[in-house]
This record gives sequence, C-alpha cells and structure tokens, in this order.
Amino acid sequence: MSGLLNTSIARKVAMALSGLFLITFLIIHVIINFASVISADTFNELSHFMGTNPVIQFLMQPVLVFGVVFHFVMGFVLELQNRKARTVKYAMFKGSANASWLSRNMIISGVTVLAFLGLHFYDFWIPEMVYKYVEFSPEDPSRYFPELVHKFESPVRTGLYVLAFILLAMHLWHGFQSAFQTMGVNNKYTPAIKKAGMIYSILIPFGFIFIALFHHFNH
Amino acid sequence: MNLKLKIWRQKDANSKGKLHDYQISNVSPDMSFLEMLDVLNEELIAKGEEPVEFDHDCREGICGTCSLQINGEPHGPDRLITTCQLHMRKFNDGDTIYIEPFRAKAFPVVKDLIVDRSAFDRIQQAGGFISVNTSGNTIDANTIPINKHDADNAFDAATCIGCGACVAACKNASAMLFTSAKVSQFAQLPQGKVEATERVMNMVRQMDLEGFGNCTNTGACEIECPKGISLENIARMNREYLSASLKG
Amino acid sequence: MATLDSKIPQGPIAEKWTKHKSEINLVNPANKRNIDIIVVGTGLAGGSAAATLAELGYNVKTFCYQDSPRRAHSIAAQGGINAAKNYQGDGDSDYRLFYDTVKGGDYRSREANVYRLAEVSGNIIDQCVAQGVPFARDYGGLLDNRSFGGVLVSRTFYAKGQTGQQLLLGAYSAMNRQINRGKIQAFNRHEMLDLVIVDGKARGIIARDMVSGEIQRHSAHAVVVASGGYGNVFFLSTNAMGSNVTAAWKIHKKGAYFANPCFTQIHPTCIPVSGDHQSKLTLMSESLRNDGRIWVPAKLEDAKAIREGKLKPTQIAEEDRDYYLERRYPSFGNLVPRDVASRAAKERCDAGFGVNATGEAVYLDFSAAIMRYGKEKAITSGMNNPSEEQIRKLGEEIIEAKYGNLFQMYEKIVDENPYKTPMMIYPAVHYTMGGVWVDYNLMSTIPGCYVAGEANFSDHGANRLGASALMQGLADGYFVLPYTMGDYLADDIRTGKISTDLPEFEEAEKQIKEQISKLINNKGTHSVDHYHKKLGKIMWNKCGMARNAQGLKEAMEEIRALREDFHKNVIVPGDDNGKNSELEKALRVADFLELGELFAKDALHREESCGGHFREEYQTAEGEALRDDENFRYVAAWEYTGDPQSSVLHKEELVYENIELKTRSYK
Repeated sequence: MSGLLNTSIARKVAMALSGLFLITFLIIHVIINFASVISADTFNELSHFMGTNPVIQFLMQPVLVFGVVFHFVMGFVLELQNRKARTVKYAMFKGSANASWLSRNMIISGVTVLAFLGLHFYDFWIPEMVYKYVEFSPEDPSRYFPELVHKFESPVRTGLYVLAFILLAMHLWHGFQSAFQTMGVNNKYTPAIKKAGMIYSILIPFGFIFIALFHHFNH
Repeated sequence: MNLKLKIWRQKDANSKGKLHDYQISNVSPDMSFLEMLDVLNEELIAKGEEPVEFDHDCREGICGTCSLQINGEPHGPDRLITTCQLHMRKFNDGDTIYIEPFRAKAFPVVKDLIVDRSAFDRIQQAGGFISVNTSGNTIDANTIPINKHDADNAFDAATCIGCGACVAACKNASAMLFTSAKVSQFAQLPQGKVEATERVMNMVRQMDLEGFGNCTNTGACEIECPKGISLENIARMNREYLSASLKG
Repeated sequence: MATLDSKIPQGPIAEKWTKHKSEINLVNPANKRNIDIIVVGTGLAGGSAAATLAELGYNVKTFCYQDSPRRAHSIAAQGGINAAKNYQGDGDSDYRLFYDTVKGGDYRSREANVYRLAEVSGNIIDQCVAQGVPFARDYGGLLDNRSFGGVLVSRTFYAKGQTGQQLLLGAYSAMNRQINRGKIQAFNRHEMLDLVIVDGKARGIIARDMVSGEIQRHSAHAVVVASGGYGNVFFLSTNAMGSNVTAAWKIHKKGAYFANPCFTQIHPTCIPVSGDHQSKLTLMSESLRNDGRIWVPAKLEDAKAIREGKLKPTQIAEEDRDYYLERRYPSFGNLVPRDVASRAAKERCDAGFGVNATGEAVYLDFSAAIMRYGKEKAITSGMNNPSEEQIRKLGEEIIEAKYGNLFQMYEKIVDENPYKTPMMIYPAVHYTMGGVWVDYNLMSTIPGCYVAGEANFSDHGANRLGASALMQGLADGYFVLPYTMGDYLADDIRTGKISTDLPEFEEAEKQIKEQISKLINNKGTHSVDHYHKKLGKIMWNKCGMARNAQGLKEAMEEIRALREDFHKNVIVPGDDNGKNSELEKALRVADFLELGELFAKDALHREESCGGHFREEYQTAEGEALRDDENFRYVAAWEYTGDPQSSVLHKEELVYENIELKTRSYK
C-alpha cells in the first residue's frame, strides 16, 4: 500500500477520485435544486430532509467538505510541483498547438470555481450552519424556498453564478474524462466516456444556470 | 528564402543564457532544419564566431538525439517527425523562428541547445528490463506464442526513441509518456509480466525523483511524440501502478 | 611477408566452435570480480558484450560518444535479422545460412567465423525474445519471417521497419540491468581517443569527456572496440553524423592490423542527393525490394524528358520501361545482393537513363504490387467485380501496413507521394565490411584488444547480405566475446588493478592533449566540414562503386595533399574545456583523412573485382565482376608504419574446405 500516497501517480489518483466524488455530488445537488423549478413544496421537503437527516448532516457532509478541501489543496500542490518542474520558461511556448486551453488551465477554472464556492458558502452554507448550530433557531420546513428565491433577486449575484458555472463546465469538460484516464481507463469505451463527459459538463452546470435564471426572472 | 532566427545561446550549465538573433538567407526548401543550422554554423565559423551547439546524430528520425523546441513546439510544427526530419518547406520566406532547448528541470542545459537527458537513462535503469540472462540458454523463441494484437501493441509502445519531446511539450514537464511506454511494452508481453509489480513501482519512483512534473492528461505529449506513442500507455501504467500498490 | 595466425580451431567446421568453447580457459566467478573490461561503443556488438560480460561478473566500463547507449547507430537498421531457424520449413539450415553468407561475401570471408555466426544465429532470436524484443508475429502468435536479397529462403526476423531499434533497445535494457546492479559504469558523451598499451598488452584508453573537455585515463585488463564502421569517410553516407573511425584507427596506429579497408557496401535503395547542402543520406530498407520493381525508361529520350520535368513516370508505357534487374538477373530479379543492384543502377545512370534532375536516380515502383495485393484482398474479402479504384485502395492499404513508416519517411523528405508515383532511389555508402583484423577469438593483433561488430573486418567478406549486420553484432557480443575473452583473461587473475599512473598512460594522454591544443590553436581559414566534404568527393568519385588504378593513384595523392592542407589550414573555433562539436569533428576527420588513403591503397592493390570492390579493369564482357582467386584469395591486413602510404601488407590466405569456390551468379 506504500505506493498509494507518495508518488505522482498516487496524487493524481487521489485527485481523480475526489473529482469523481464531487461529480457524483453535483448530480444530487442539481436534482434537488431542480425541484425548486417544479414545485416549492417538493424543494422544501427535500431540503428539509437533507438539512436534518443525521446521516447526511454528520456523515456525508463532513465527507463532502473533506472531498472539496482535498480536491482544492491537492490541486494547488500539483500545480506548484508542476511549475517547479520547469524552472526556466520557454521564450515561446505554443501550448495551443497540442492541447486544449481547458486542459492546460484547470487551475484557472478551478480557482474560479473555488471563489464561487466561497460566495456559495457565504450565501447558503454559513447562514445554514449559523441558523442550525449556532443560533439553534427553531426548525421551519418551509423556509428553504423563499431563501433561495431571495438570493437570486440580485442581478449581480445571478450573473456571478452564471459565470462560475460556465467555468465549472469548462473544468468538467477536461476533468471528467481526465479522471478516467488517471484511473487507468483508456480502452474501447473511452470515446463513450468522453462523450458522456461532454454531455455531463454541459448538462449539469447549465442545469444550475437555468435554475438561477429561472428564479431571477420569475420572482 | 530568408529567415530570422532567434536562437538560445548558453555557454554551459552554470551560465545564464539568452536568445540571440541571426539572419540567414538562401535557404532551400529541400533542406532539413538541421542542414539549415549547418549552413548557419558554417557562416558563423567563417565570421570567426562560435557555432551553435545542437544535438543530432542519425538524421533519419530514429536515434532520438535531436531535441529542438522550434516556434514553441518540440521538433517544430510538423507531426510524427523528429527535428532532423523537419524540412524548410514547412516555413515561409521572412519567417521568424524561435529555436530553444527542450526545457525541464530534469533536463539541464549542457550548452546552447543541448540538454542532459540522462534522467531518462536512470528511469530505464530502475526497471526498464527483463531480468533474463544473456547467455542464450533460454527456451526456443516460438515456445510461447504471443497474440499478434498484444505483440503489435507492445511493439508500438517500444518504438519510443527517448527524445524527450513529451517532456518538452508538457506544460508540467512530465515524463509519464516516456516511462509508460516501457512499462506498457513489457506489461503486454508474457515475458515481462513476471516482474511487472517491481518494474512499475521502481520506474515511477525514479521518475518522481528526477523532478519531472505530474501528468494532467492534457495530451500534448501524444500529439508531439514523433513516434505517435499513445496516451493509452499512460492509462495502462496507471493501472499497473494501482494494482502493484494494492498488491505490495 | 608475415602470415597471420587466425587461430581457427581444428576439426570439422560444424564442431569447431563447440570444441573450442569446451577447451578454452575459464575465469572463476570470484576472480572475475577483480578483472576490469573497457567496452568502446554501445551498439549491438558493444552493448550486448558489455551486458553479458558484466553479467558474468567482470567490472565493465562502457564508452559512447552519444548521450545515451540507446542512440548508437545500430538503432537505424531497418529491415531485420537473419537466423537459421527454419521456422518456415523452406529448407533453411545453419549450413545454408553459412553458404549464403560466404557466397554473398564473394568468397572473401573466413569459413570458420561465418559458420559460427550461422550456428549461434538461432540462439540470438531466443535470447532477444526472452528479453522482450517485440518481433513481428503472425496470427497464430508465432514469429514471422521475410526474405532479403541474395537468398532463396525466408529467414529474416523483423519488427516492422525498426528491427535495429528493437534489438538495440533489448541490448540497452540488458545493459541497464547491469548498470542497476553496479556492474557496468556507463561513460556517455565520452570519446575514446587512444589505446594504452603496457608491456605489449592493451591495458586502457584515453577518453575525452565531451561535456567538460577533461582528458581521462581509464585502465582495464582488456579493451573491446565496437565502434562501428567508417562509412563516413565518404562524408555522405547512411551512417549517423557522429559515426567515426577514430577508435578503430587509433588501435590500428598502435599496432592492430587493418583488414580489407576497400570493402565497402554501397546500398542500392537510398533517397537520392537533392543538393549541396545535403548532410546525410537516408536509406530505404532493402525489404522494399520484396515488392518494389526497379526500372528506368528504356528510351533515352524518355529519360531526358523526365529529367526536364516534361514527362511523368506514370506516363511511360509498360513496354517502354526497362526493369533492368529482372532483365539481367531473371532468377533473383529485384532481390539480387546489394553490390549487384547498386552497380546495375550506376550502369543505367551512367548510360544516361537516370530519372532525376542530377541524372542519378532510378525508380522503385510499387504499382504492380499494389494491384496484385489489391486483387488478392478483393477476392479473399468476397468482392464481386471490384473496380480498379477499389483494388488500388485495398492494395495501398496492404502496402501501408507493410511499409507505412518507410513511405511516410520518403514523403517527408522528397515531398512526393510514393503510393501514387514511383519512389526515386540511388545507391549510397552504407556499411563497411573491412575493419580491424581479428582472429577467430575476435582479438586484434594487439593482445587484449578485441574488436567486434562492424568495426572488425568480420564475417561478410567483400559484400554483406541484408539482415546480417545485426546478426553479427549480437553474435559477437552475446555469444563469442564472453567465451573468448575469458580464455585470455584467465592469465590475468593475479595481475590486480592496472594503475593509470603508469608512464604509458602519461605519454598517451600527453600526445592527445598536444593534438587537441594544436587543432584549437591552428586558427586556419577552412572549417572541418570543408575538408570532410572534399574528402568525401574524392572517395565517392575515385573509390566508390567503380574504381580504376589511375583514379586510385590520384585519390591517394589528393587525400595526402588534403590532409596536409587540413593540418595547416583548418579552423576549430571555441576552446577545449567544454562541449565543442567542431573539435570533436576535427579529431574524427583527421583520422578519416588517414584512413582514406589506406582505403585507396588497398583498393589499388586488389587487382580483381569482388563484392563491393569493383575494379573497372577486371570485369567480364557483360560487365560482371571478375574475381581472381588465384592471386587474391586472401585478407589484406595492413600494418601501420607511420604513414598510411607506406603501410605494410600482411596476407591471411583464405582456405575453403566446405564450400567450393564458384563465380557468384544470380542470373
């Protein structure tokens, strides 16, 4: 097992695994959010369940937070190591000739998503934590939907959300298939995986964008 | 045609280098890129200047010695070739051409455009072999049939010429394509399976020790590889590595 | 004149090697640890020798001028490696491979060596497969074979068009295993500049670290020189730019005889010269002659029109084409040996039928093979009434699978699509059969100095057959030297480490330093390449595919004059303490300028035509080579006496007990 943590491949695999975990999480997240477009009650019910179920609150949530933090920290570590691997830069480097901008700039899309996550935590997660675990406010199963609608009133915030999700789409465009390659999956299914990755990285982020815009313009 | 060359000049490993401008005229489109540099060097010698040092040997694309970053790409703008197979017909009259050494911390500059790629040798020494004695007292070559598909795949991986274009092209200066080509060649042959676990662990460890960057799957290496070594080899090495770590 | 002792063991030819191996002295494993061996050159011969000797327990130091052993020029061999495995069941045997090689060499090689080569050939394949060399296989998973020139069986093992590369990487991996064990110390980017002889035995070398410029002394109990051939004496050849004669020439000057320098192979299928800027020539594998047909226009006016660009080869009607190899040699056709094919191309071009601007090219045409394969494929895939276009497409796919990388290489260089228009080819210098004289044990006339691979005068006589060079390099390194060197080293188990402080080392180092400082401080007017190109022109014009006494005498004088001019007027920029390619080249060209003269002298003395050596005065009425077994059935081994011009000839008579001497015929 010694090789699992201390080599470049091990770090990459850890990156891929945490990425795949977050990819799965995003699916659940977008489904719940989508409920808000269809029915306020369903959305409230799902949110209430997620917010109060002890398994989700005390087991899944810490895992998720760890996954997010790990993915970012590891991303920075890898980026720093990679920069150190070429101390003298090229006077002329034509990266566009052999690799996509997206694949070469995961750190840019990643940091943007990180910044967005800060905003997201500030908007939803921190107030939620304060509400529940600091102020010990009484539980109100119907408060979720109005809170959501309220957040998307500001055009600036909605704009930022849209921008962040476009960057997330870009991050996923490379990240999805890259995770499979790192896990050693490159075979006859690879074209299908790549296609699935493209569909995913458009569908999920644009799902979020649709929801944000829907609430911004409908309320 | 007439060209403007911007060439990296650096006296030795410890000196600072910089780009110098050179003008060259009457370049024939039938010349190879290295022949164009030969002509430049003859002109420099005639002028009493020191010629540009660059690595080259077989000049037919197989030894892997030549190693120039031309206009920001290893081995220049053409595909599936080495620098020595690049011909001047790929350029236009009046072009400016940047010529730099392959850059990576693990490939220190020796002089001008020459770099030290001994890190590659050390990776191979760590495990790029099958531990069989060379005495010839071995089984008949046809005793173990090998599926043609596997044999062909092993061959494709084995065509790596160790030029370092993968490292030079990679934004992270990663040597994964190079290392994986050897791991992959042996992983697909029954002879190589015996030591597969030790091989991948040792080679990856050495690769990391040399200071190459991490692979982020941009795919630049595969595009720039003069022999078209596939990214599948990297995936295979990742698999080999994972299963080796779980085993050992 | 002294005769040379080739030390051929007694007994029937098929038993000589086995008997010899069981009778020679051995060194016990504990003593091997106290013995050092230097191997110069890390190609197939040097790399395999180093790996095997280290594996046996000797301490090995390897030297190569390249930045890694993996880049030795063996890597460029394309076609394949012969072995008498008879996997195809087409009647092959050790004897047949032996016979073909002796005949192919035009009866100028040593029977016993060639037989041993054939005998170990099968083992080479076993060994390489065990090492993980990915040879081509058929659908049943067994090894595939193809045919090469000069033989009637299919015995060539191959890995697409990169057989040399795969075999060299096999030897390199065996070396790596020993480097990893600490048994080989690899000195890369180091060039051997002299041999050190102590008490009559080879005891070390002087080498230059090409990065720091440092001149180093390295001692050993024996030295193996496996530094390749000297084809670059022609400047333009298929050799790598760095391939040189220096190591071999330096041991020659220290007492090793140089054998048959004039036996040089001109390979028939190379890409023609395109202009004065040309730095090297690119080979197109001989395997192409399996499917390509060689022709020139039958009419002079057509050839002229093609040269002027008024006519395309595809416009020449079938009956107006002269498939001259098929015409002259109906039995072997396009698969005649290399020397025959090269001379025939030169003959046609000299007669005015050349097809490129310089008039020095012939066609190698695949259209017939494309259509033939296409038709076969159409039938096997059950196509009814396929159109010509469909057949052509199928055929092109098959040709691509067989030779794709070669066709791609051709297109990159020439900028023409060889699937649509015939390739243009012309002969070019490729391999040197001549080299340092060695006995049966591969030891030169200097005790303890062994020579292997292309660097020795070897097993190929006056002409080497295709796919035999790889076989010889690996045979020497994996299977011959490890035995024969043990025999010699058995006397050295009590010698102990050789000191590099001995006066012999000091003297050799001093001389090299003087030579270098003279070159650096010469401050002349002409670059090294200027001289190298001039030497190449003399060699090609007067010592090339056809030679005559008049030209050879002129060549000797011209080379001598050029050499004097070189030492007076060459300029080597930069200094000697660091990487300096011009200095490296100057040191090599200085040696080529001496070798060239001996080459011409040897060619002049050999008043017969045989193999790659064609003297215009000695030919049949039909223009075929006229050998003189009465007077020249010997190896010419030259002893250096201070000047190539006054080298002394020693003859090793060649005895043919197992093969009857015949006129070589491929008709």
